[in-house]
Amino acid sequence: MTSTDQQPFLSVKDLKVHFSTEDGIVKAVDGLSFDLARGKTLGIVGESGSGKSVTNLTILGLHNPDSTEVEGSITLDGQELNGASESTLEKLRGNKMAMIFQDALASLSPYHTIGRQIGETYRKHTGASKQEARVRAIEMLRRVGIPQPDRRVDDYPHQFSGGMRQRAMIAMALVCDPELLIADEPTTALDVTVQAQIMDLLKDLQQEFGTSIIFITHDLGVIADIADDVLVMYGGRCVERGPKEEVLRTPQHPYTWGLLGSMPTLDGPVDVPLTPIPGSPPSLLNPPSGCRFHPRCAFANKVDGNRCATESPVLEIVDGRGNACHLTDEQRREFLADLAASKAN
Amino acid sequence: MSSTSPLLDVSGLTKHFPIKGGFPIRRTVGAVQAVDGLDFQVAEGESLGLVGESGCGKSTTGRLITRLLEPTGGTISYRGQDITHASRRQLAPIRSEIQMIFQDPYASLNPRQTVGKIISGPMEINNINPAGGREKRVRELLEIVGLNPEHYNRFPHEFSGGQRQRIGVARALALEPKLIVADEPVSALDVSIQAQVVNLLQQVQKDLGIAFVFIAHDLAIVRHFSQRVAVMYLGKIVEIADRDDLYGNPRHPYTRALLSAVPEATVDDTPRERIRLEGDVPSPISPPSGCRFRTRCWKATEKCASEAPPLVQVEGNKAGHLTACHFPETQETVPAPRLSKDPETAA
Repeated sequence: MTSTDQQPFLSVKDLKVHFSTEDGIVKAVDGLSFDLARGKTLGIVGESGSGKSVTNLTILGLHNPDSTEVEGSITLDGQELNGASESTLEKLRGNKMAMIFQDALASLSPYHTIGRQIGETYRKHTGASKQEARVRAIEMLRRVGIPQPDRRVDDYPHQFSGGMRQRAMIAMALVCDPELLIADEPTTALDVTVQAQIMDLLKDLQQEFGTSIIFITHDLGVIADIADDVLVMYGGRCVERGPKEEVLRTPQHPYTWGLLGSMPTLDGPVDVPLTPIPGSPPSLLNPPSGCRFHPRCAFANKVDGNRCATESPVLEIVDGRGNACHLTDEQRREFLADLAASKAN
Repeated sequence: MSSTSPLLDVSGLTKHFPIKGGFPIRRTVGAVQAVDGLDFQVAEGESLGLVGESGCGKSTTGRLITRLLEPTGGTISYRGQDITHASRRQLAPIRSEIQMIFQDPYASLNPRQTVGKIISGPMEINNINPAGGREKRVRELLEIVGLNPEHYNRFPHEFSGGQRQRIGVARALALEPKLIVADEPVSALDVSIQAQVVNLLQQVQKDLGIAFVFIAHDLAIVRHFSQRVAVMYLGKIVEIADRDDLYGNPRHPYTRALLSAVPEATVDDTPRERIRLEGDVPSPISPPSGCRFRTRCWKATEKCASEAPPLVQVEGNKAGHLTACHFPETQETVPAPRLSKDPETAA
């Protein structure tokens, strides 16, 4: 990462989020660390239950404090968030950091107009009057590309289409010009043509305001479009991290290989079967020992002494690039060469 | 398309859902034109992909073919027999030949029934007693879809999403159907599990020679699965062609825009050409006059507003490649296929 500051804008260190449930302790996030510089986008990829959403709810302090145990540190612009008081977090939420959720219809109140919902955050953090908040809401709607914003501001969410609701959510998140924007699968429920519009919008807004974005998705295609850096999560841990170009061109972890092999492309071969990852994601109540991916990994037997099952691989990051896997670089190169050869035949 | 009569022949298929309103007497005040005049055929053993965005009528089409909905107009014939308005009794023998796989593997399996009961359900209803008994057949089916036959007595909640979808596939296969309508069969699944189910369906299609109508919004998965693909927009087919023609030489502006909007997990030095459509899909209650895509099309003229373009083989198309557009795209405007497609090749 090319941060000019001594300290990255957002820094998460050894974050652990454990929930106690009737069945036992769910280790949703288990030792996650990453940094995010100003004006950059970090893409977090992973399947359901990999801990990507929990990580971000914890950053915002939206977890239930009674049943959740959070360890590690989250610093935003030098301020520690883990253990911060509710009033401190309240001042930051919606103001310095904001979130866009996946399901816009469920995240908007059906009883209040769009304008009121956007203005509410603004009034709370700036003390603006109702009239000023309305003007601000209209300006925000215009900025996110809603036609006739001065009329649509008085509409209710059900009068908006899916894409427009997502735009309204973005307007709401950006109303106080936050420095950190967390987008949790913001385009998953949308059609591809609308998804493309929303991603362009986020990119434009980021360029204009220098917002840092954490973009959570399960779609590597979306990552390729929007992210600067990529973090691949599996079973509550980071298995691979690096600049987007490197992770997509020369992926290092067998799980990332599996994800890429599972996805059909618009120009790849059609008459060969896809190469899925066998099995299904691990239970976080009782995660596998050692590397959490080893029961599904085709390369676990390539490592000497059953280390994959007994020893948890350490994530070593050098210059923002690294992976958590016992395979040696030599073995990795061999495999990739074999694969390229078999594709060529 | 072969010269022999197709397995499924759909012509002019229309479904309008009435909108009731008014007081004190409720009357029909309008209609949602969900599907409006579809023509297509499915040959035996062939897989036809139906793609389009939400609200384009692809799921309605699937439900019309399986006769879960009553068509408003047009005809559906199965093996030459008109089933458009066939009664339950007339449909009974055909029902076992046309099966469906649903999107949501959590909602489409009865939580109170064991897997064995769920899969043998279709056999019970149709009073079919395979040699060796129903249980033996269910165990065979479980094996075909890659589940452990010992799981016969388990309940759906004991399975993961991907495994549940396999149960749904086994149920669809129970009566040895000739045609399976799969409505978004993998979109509720995680990426790594999606590939497992797609491979399973493909294997089933090849081994058992079952024809598929594969409904999905994911263009890459449809391309992987279907030999022929129809693109729908607002209740109409705008383009239908063999897979390679459609993806390699899209003639309808909507097809091209749709293809260019798909994000792909590759990093290119030369970014792909992007077409950004403005706005949203119009309401199917009062669709635009003429060509329904014209409100979002960058080439639309007055002709597009006054005259609906027919679905025909426009100049430059191969046989079987039909496009409904007054001003079709030409080969030159299609971006050249990109070379680096696998991350491995760059390694």
